[in-house]
Amino acid sequence: MSETAQDPTTASGIPIARLYTAADLGDPADLDERIGAPGQPPFTRGPYAEMYRQRLWTMRQYAGYGSAEDTNRRFHYLLDQGQTALSVAFDLPTQLGLDSSAPAAKAEVGRVGVAIDTADDMAELFEGLPLGDLSVNFTINATAPIILAFYLVAAERQGADRSQLAGTLQNDILKEFVARKTFIFPPEPSMRLVGDVVEFCTSEVPRFNPISITGYHAREAGCNTVQELAFTMSDAIAYAELLVDRGLSFDAFAPRFSFHFATTLEIFEEVAKLRAARRLWAQVARDRFGATNPEAMRLRFFSGCSGATLTAQQPLNNVVRSTIQCLGAVLGGAQSIHVMGYDEAMAIPTDEAVTLALRTQQIVAHETGVADTVDPLAGSYFVEALTDELEARATELIGVIDGLGGAVAAIEAGVPQRWIAESAYRSEMAVANLTAVKVGVNAHVEEAEATELRLFELDEMARDRQLARLDRHLAGRDDVSDALAALSRAAMSGQNVMEPLIEAARRGATLGELSDVFRKAFGTHREPSLW
Amino acid sequence: MSFALRDAGCEVIYLGLRSTPTEMMTVALEEDVDVIGASILSGAHLPIASDLIAERSLHRLEHVPVVVGGIVPPRDVARLLEIGVDEVFPAGTAIADVVKRITALADNRQEGP
Repeated sequence: MSETAQDPTTASGIPIARLYTAADLGDPADLDERIGAPGQPPFTRGPYAEMYRQRLWTMRQYAGYGSAEDTNRRFHYLLDQGQTALSVAFDLPTQLGLDSSAPAAKAEVGRVGVAIDTADDMAELFEGLPLGDLSVNFTINATAPIILAFYLVAAERQGADRSQLAGTLQNDILKEFVARKTFIFPPEPSMRLVGDVVEFCTSEVPRFNPISITGYHAREAGCNTVQELAFTMSDAIAYAELLVDRGLSFDAFAPRFSFHFATTLEIFEEVAKLRAARRLWAQVARDRFGATNPEAMRLRFFSGCSGATLTAQQPLNNVVRSTIQCLGAVLGGAQSIHVMGYDEAMAIPTDEAVTLALRTQQIVAHETGVADTVDPLAGSYFVEALTDELEARATELIGVIDGLGGAVAAIEAGVPQRWIAESAYRSEMAVANLTAVKVGVNAHVEEAEATELRLFELDEMARDRQLARLDRHLAGRDDVSDALAALSRAAMSGQNVMEPLIEAARRGATLGELSDVFRKAFGTHREPSLW
Repeated sequence: MSFALRDAGCEVIYLGLRSTPTEMMTVALEEDVDVIGASILSGAHLPIASDLIAERSLHRLEHVPVVVGGIVPPRDVARLLEIGVDEVFPAGTAIADVVKRITALADNRQEGP
């Protein structure tokens, strides 16, 4: 490729040439090895040989608000509209280990997701939804072990066996410290809880993905694609090392590692990134961990598209943005996808916005023909060149993070956090300086907005209903102190916390009580001021 | 936001996430700040703004303006101003505009008791 000073660059700073040719495919001698066949290492062309010809991606809109009953209604609605799996959004108190009655939870109950205080609430959330047949995603991290315990109890009450359960627990605490920020405990005990969950699920809930290693939030917070790739791989390496150190076999646990990336509007760079991610993971698995099981080298991912690209101005434009993002995720080979609602720059989405987001996926799936062949962009001079370039740049950055002592040490030193802040500020300034065009924001601006949207408004009584429900629960249960004491002993001794957690959840212990046991055992983390 | 304000010559004391209104007002008092700002993304801006204004009175900081930014639907801008917030920056506000309006508030700030 011939670069000139006038070449445009991608948002990640990769220069883009006028024209790509066969010369950009790299050394023909190892072309087959780099690209390979779908379903085989290095999986550049996709994790499965048949991809969408055999099975479409899972359409999984992220949903949750108010009480369990409120969200259960939306789950039924989404499934009735043709959604194929569920994805639970929890409110901040649930994510931060607070019962709905906690003073600090007051303003936040049921606001960005559903309020879950007990295993009873979890059972209510899935009322009429057969957990043995459904795949459920849980966006939960610091309290992931507790939410998993509640879920297992809810499934048990439906008569579904642990071994049947399919779904994904986000359970990726490192990216919480970096970008998403719903951490509770310090990094080290937080990592130990991640390990307990993965260890437990590997033997007890074998069809469930006990972790989803996520570059999405760092990207949404402002980092570029190279950083997104490198953070995700470095975090995955840290988790794998932790589990290997416990004596677990990489070939046994890694097949259930799941991943999560953003897909923005830069469609070629996104597709190249997703292809590079699969190739990188295959290398990491083989070279660092000596994987011999191909499934342990196979990267499967969910894409949440990109909320940060949506605008409050001219919100209907977001439908177009989301469509392109969905297409990018599909061309990149996603296993499951969430498409943003067009109103999400202003509020959580209305039923109407959620339905249109689901319809967007259905139109891409059934009306474009994009699912009919595997990895349709393979062999494109441009896409292959970008795939190689992103792989090379990400590999270099993974090396830098290795040099800092790995993901945990780098995060404790605040390094990725600073990189993200700097990158986010550069992107904002590019929009402010008009070097990047954002339609409706810094170009083609309409003084009087044409569309007045009807936005979601939370039923402010949802909190009162949840508090009354919690009161009734506490009044109706037997003493749980011995179950909490057993959990505390496990937390202090290093024994896996999952079985005592499940027993305490069965007995009716609340999320706040269980989190308090961990707070006492592990302490809490406060983010150091980095800037 | 902190970077942009610093580039504009402001001194910024960033308290980090999940700061409570009480903590914010305590620091505002200790540091004798010109403007107090909160970024709220969860949709809880109305109750939190009410708490901020109440805590501001408790700390006798009525002379210090309070600004709120974040995921704020258009309908809530007027509600926030009614609660007593001085400026609201919903998602989509240009950074330069935020800087201009915050520095204007700081320049016009009245002396405290």
